[in-house]
Amino acid sequence: MPIFRKPAFNIGGNAKKLQIPAGTFQACPSCSAVLHQIELEQNQRVCPHCEHHFLIGSRDRLGHLLDPGSFQEADADMEAVDVLNFRAAKSYKDSLAEYQKKTGLKDSAIGGLGRIEGKEVSVAVLDFAFLGGTLGSVAGEKITRCIEAATERGIPVIVISAAGGARLHEGMFALMQMAKTSGALAYHSAARLPFISVLTNPTTGGVIASFASLGDIIVAEPKAMIGFAGPRVIKETTHQDLPPGFQTAEFLEAHGLVDMIVHRKKMRATLSNLLGYLHQEKRAA
Amino acid sequence: MNVIPLDFEKPIAELAKKLDDLKRHLRGHDIDLDPEVRRIAAHIEKTKRLTYSNLDPWQRVQIARHPQRPYALDYLRLAFTDFVELHGDRLYADDRALIGGLATLQGTRCVVVAHQKGRDTKENIQRNFGCAHPEGYRKAMRLMRMAEKFDLPVVSLIDTPGAYPGIGAEERHVAEAIAVNLREMMVLKVPVVAVVIGEGGSGGALGIGVADRALMLEYSWYSVISPEGGAAILWKNGSQRAAAADALKMGAKELKEFALVDQVVPEPLGGAHHDHAAAAMNLRTAILANLAELATVPMKELLAARYRKYRAFGRYAEGTGGGASQDGTGGLV
Repeated sequence: MPIFRKPAFNIGGNAKKLQIPAGTFQACPSCSAVLHQIELEQNQRVCPHCEHHFLIGSRDRLGHLLDPGSFQEADADMEAVDVLNFRAAKSYKDSLAEYQKKTGLKDSAIGGLGRIEGKEVSVAVLDFAFLGGTLGSVAGEKITRCIEAATERGIPVIVISAAGGARLHEGMFALMQMAKTSGALAYHSAARLPFISVLTNPTTGGVIASFASLGDIIVAEPKAMIGFAGPRVIKETTHQDLPPGFQTAEFLEAHGLVDMIVHRKKMRATLSNLLGYLHQEKRAA
Repeated sequence: MNVIPLDFEKPIAELAKKLDDLKRHLRGHDIDLDPEVRRIAAHIEKTKRLTYSNLDPWQRVQIARHPQRPYALDYLRLAFTDFVELHGDRLYADDRALIGGLATLQGTRCVVVAHQKGRDTKENIQRNFGCAHPEGYRKAMRLMRMAEKFDLPVVSLIDTPGAYPGIGAEERHVAEAIAVNLREMMVLKVPVVAVVIGEGGSGGALGIGVADRALMLEYSWYSVISPEGGAAILWKNGSQRAAAADALKMGAKELKEFALVDQVVPEPLGGAHHDHAAAAMNLRTAILANLAELATVPMKELLAARYRKYRAFGRYAEGTGGGASQDGTGGLV
């Protein structure tokens, strides 16, 4: 038996271990402040110390944007079909099941009709938590239906994007959603109806190269990563150092590519104000 | 022209070499080996048919990228006459990777927009390997609007690995340039025929690809992402490109079966690079037939049909039953 025994590491004596469920606290990736989940949710998932905009779920997003109780979801049951019978490192079917379980969503997009300070809008939101918010047949169809419903009713469309791009698991079916959604916007635009595109972190690939870039007004959230090609791909292709702030909302604003950068907590008021200019109710009728 | 054999064509090339050697050897010798020559020749034919009728998707991609494959300017020389190239987007630059202009196709005047790759290193630097910048897409749009104004049909020849991923391309917003083309091509008031003649790399291809008729050459590919890109993202391993080429269903035949393209244009045996002239004739015949059909359709109907076509793309399930929507009509509002 050893003379010296290593004492059990035991700070706080024999007090019962504090039970903190995982995910209760989270460090802000920007300023490292430790934030309580409730504090973060109450602040629309914006860091109260440095204004860092965290990812936000599509339903929470609509909750903050629309008049309470005004959202009528359309096509809530729509689900993806594994048309290519796709299998990479993981099968598409398994990925879908996994993300449905994880997020409680059927797919990356939700859409429907709602009101912003009384003004009727057709709205769709992409949720980055579901397979990177990717644009597949379901998201493409839901967004297209939102646009068509708006054209039919003579009301504005708002699409809030957060997506890595087209959904590779659906191959060319995914790519064609870019043409489908953009084409629907051509008819909405011809009816002289406003489309406001809201770009949030991140909006890239096939989403920024289709409907997300076609807004009459394009609004971005602060520091959102927005671009066509990924920064790693650009670096590898060009062997160039990327300029500071490359592909941030601020970079895009400086280059004249977005109309304005709007803080999440001012989004509702801003959209309402913009709609007031572009869509007077009397003309809509 | 000596055709450079691809890896899977090496057995054919070896047999052909054997036959050549034999023939050379026979010259000056008085032996009759005609039956042997015929036997080898027949064997070559058989091997060719066997090889080319059983190509896997990755082999097809290699044909689409063959360094001797005809590019847009070759087709403009062989299938069209009087190509008048028009330069520049009137905003920033002239993109040599996406060319355009006026051309005549057996008496039919049209506007052509096309990706152009380079044949050698020097030309490839100029052509940026067929990877267009925003200027290219904006030039294409300018020319397509001109086509609309003067009532000329548009022919689009697609051959790009993808839009260029560069700093300048992002600063000048290549995504917006592509998006605007998608929207405007949907309502362009002239017939549009697009043909993938080699590589159809994602948004960079679709950016000049919204058309009344979308055609693909037999060995071309058209995909949401290149096989290499798909392998890197979905397998986390770039060397899985053959598996990606298979899984992504990017070949002409597969896409025709999905009705995502309207027609497959046959190529000479083994690929267009074996016979540029024959490939060009096939292309000309196919484009002319489609333009002739489209020319008789009233404009309102043409645009409605174009929208309906793209509107129907997508497979999804609705309701708790989970059955896939009917193909082609799903979700029409």
